[in-house]
Amino acid sequence: MSQPSLQTPRARVNFRGSARSGTLHAWRLRLTAFALLPLTFAFVVIVVSLVGRDYESARALLGSPCPAILMVLFLGFGAWHMAIGMQAVIEDYVHSEHAKALALMANFSFSALIGVASIFAVLRLSFT
Amino acid sequence: MAEADPAPLPLEQRRPLSPHIQIYKLSPTMVVSGGHRVSGLVLYIGTLLLAWYLLAAASDKGSFQTASAFFGSIIGQLLLFGYTFALMLHAVGGVRHAIWDSGHGFDPGTRDVLAWGSLIAAGVLTVLIWIAVFILR
Repeated sequence: MSQPSLQTPRARVNFRGSARSGTLHAWRLRLTAFALLPLTFAFVVIVVSLVGRDYESARALLGSPCPAILMVLFLGFGAWHMAIGMQAVIEDYVHSEHAKALALMANFSFSALIGVASIFAVLRLSFT
Repeated sequence: MAEADPAPLPLEQRRPLSPHIQIYKLSPTMVVSGGHRVSGLVLYIGTLLLAWYLLAAASDKGSFQTASAFFGSIIGQLLLFGYTFALMLHAVGGVRHAIWDSGHGFDPGTRDVLAWGSLIAAGVLTVLIWIAVFILR
């Protein structure tokens, strides 16, 4: 804060002005997006390779090292990207502080649950 | 701003608000901007299908066959086709935004080419992926 102000940071953020953390959010959205671009290509190749496979051969493909590593990276970055992407959508459209807090909690819980459950499934396929 | 401002300014002292979208004529960049957000929401919900498939593959044969049968059905195929298009639209849209983030492509001709180009590229990629799917199965 270069400019001196009598306003507390809390008061400045409550109704107007910057919390000085918006650029970090935008930057993380782009970092995860850049990571996801090649990983999405890998994901599509893996999913197309799964077409027509039975239980055993689908498990063998998903559990083999290269697809599993790429899937875990895709799922991890994907869950992170969807959490902060949905955060931006919620902050755009939900203006009641109470509903916004609840929506943000639900968003991060859902994204974490989906991410962890999917990664758990891939790791289980790799190690059994 | 739904919360009551403790010290609302008189109307004439309030800072100007930007006009909302219905004021403007619809442009290609507006269409793909909305498309980017909607496809992001579709992908967000669609992760449920992905998680279901992976968890089914990681558990017993019966669960996997139930999931496989669903994804092989007409409804499953339509959902997967929509999911593919959303994924491609969002991925290509991300590239478009990266170009804009770099400070390029803002002039009137280029921004419309980028907008329509990303929409067409997403459609072509979706069709190519599904051609691969039908060859492989």
